[in-house]
Amino acid sequence: MKRSKSEREIFLNRLKYRKYIILLIQVGILAGLVILWELCAQIGLIDSFITSQPSRIVKTIINLSSNDLMMHLGVTCTETIIGFVLGVLFGLIIASVLWWFKTCAEIFEPYLVILNSLPKIALGPIIIIWVGAGMKAIIVMALAISLIVTVMELLNGFKSTDKDLITTAETFGAKKYQVFFKVVFPSNIKTLINSLKINLGLSLVGVIAGEFLVSKAGLGYLIVYGGQVFKLDLVMASVIILAVFAAIIYKIVLIFEKLALKNRR
Amino acid sequence: MDILEIKNITMNYQDINSEVTAIDNISLNVKQGEFIVVIGPSGCGKSTLLSIICGILKPSSGEIYIDGVKTTGITPKIGYMLQSDNLLEWRSIYKNILLGLEIQGRINEETIDYANKLLKTYGLYDFRNSYPSQLSGGMRQRAALIRTLVTNPEILLLDEAFSALDYQTRLSVTDDVYSIIKKENKTTVMVTHDIPEGISMADRVVVLSKRPAVIQSIHEIQFEDITDRTPLLCRKSPKFSSYFDTLWRELDMNETV
Repeated sequence: MKRSKSEREIFLNRLKYRKYIILLIQVGILAGLVILWELCAQIGLIDSFITSQPSRIVKTIINLSSNDLMMHLGVTCTETIIGFVLGVLFGLIIASVLWWFKTCAEIFEPYLVILNSLPKIALGPIIIIWVGAGMKAIIVMALAISLIVTVMELLNGFKSTDKDLITTAETFGAKKYQVFFKVVFPSNIKTLINSLKINLGLSLVGVIAGEFLVSKAGLGYLIVYGGQVFKLDLVMASVIILAVFAAIIYKIVLIFEKLALKNRR
Repeated sequence: MDILEIKNITMNYQDINSEVTAIDNISLNVKQGEFIVVIGPSGCGKSTLLSIICGILKPSSGEIYIDGVKTTGITPKIGYMLQSDNLLEWRSIYKNILLGLEIQGRINEETIDYANKLLKTYGLYDFRNSYPSQLSGGMRQRAALIRTLVTNPEILLLDEAFSALDYQTRLSVTDDVYSIIKKENKTTVMVTHDIPEGISMADRVVVLSKRPAVIQSIHEIQFEDITDRTPLLCRKSPKFSSYFDTLWRELDMNETV
């Protein structure tokens, strides 16, 4: 009995050890690259005017926080959230309607397919002319990029709901709305969360693309502005902040996923 | 009067290439409390027949009468169990069992009491807050049966209800379900491709021919040597193998002709 326990302990320790080693290497790679980058710039092996350098990026970030970094981050954040929420909401409504009216879904299928494969950035000029250059255009851009994918993903999920589950509900006399709310929708929570993840990423892509095109504020604006005036420090700083921002909102969705799927398998 | 009358049911399936007659003029009467087993070659239209009785499928012609009243579509007088238990993974066992009542808008003190009583009687009360994934295959099947019984149907339709289970579980679940059905005094029509399972449960076995399905023969199954009949006891009776031989030969003849 004692021997088997120690065997288990060895196993658990090895597992823990492995986890630490992986984390250590992950952090090491990042630290190594940053140090290498800094050193190369310090001794003049690379031109920090073109590549920037970590110490200057940090300085820029500190400087930005004293003036308006928070404002830019706030703008991008607001646009992303509005685009994301609208994308999910409209996506969900459209997908539900298309599930409800099968013929309708069949009629619109080729349109969805073409719209899905069209690079939505191409619509940029049209969007600007139609809704004006400003936050509205950026949100519409985010929506254009994320909406169709959401609709298709959700509709596919709805359509592939286990037929037997639907039949079971129907044998109890379930009406169509009951089938939807009691079976089809809840059995697609996983699909919904997957499409939240995709939607979030795409909304951010849409917002940055939109900011590239029209904005006066936001991280996308900072990146374009930095590039135009050849301030690579500003560009790099903005990209890093953007990466951290994206990681944080992705993490939030993961936490939400964990809560929503608590009781499933 | 018979509780269930199947009158001249014919079913044609239409698709783009052809018209297939799945069922050809089947008539059958079922008495209150009777256990009918329908067997036949695979793809002969056994499940189609159940779907028609249940009302989710409209026959090309013919009528179904329950208690002498002609049915038009789905009715709460019939409970239907499909091949797998079809429990909803995101609902607790208790919530799963109330699904039918919820859909029919019949959740009240009386029906909840009945649900609790069934859960207690059939040993699932302690698991009412568990989720389906935490239960064994046999318990899930029992939960599915209770979900059907809770709406208090007069007739139960079982469509290969045990074929998703492994053999061991299947034997005990068959016993389990049979005793519940008998205790609740329900009329049952069960479709299966498993001859022994059919014999072990049936009062009458109906043999369907291959497509287009007609009733080829009906066999009364009686075990005089057994007093308190259970499927497992039936399997041990000497009469069991003679029933098996008869039915097997009949199905076999059916397949080769």
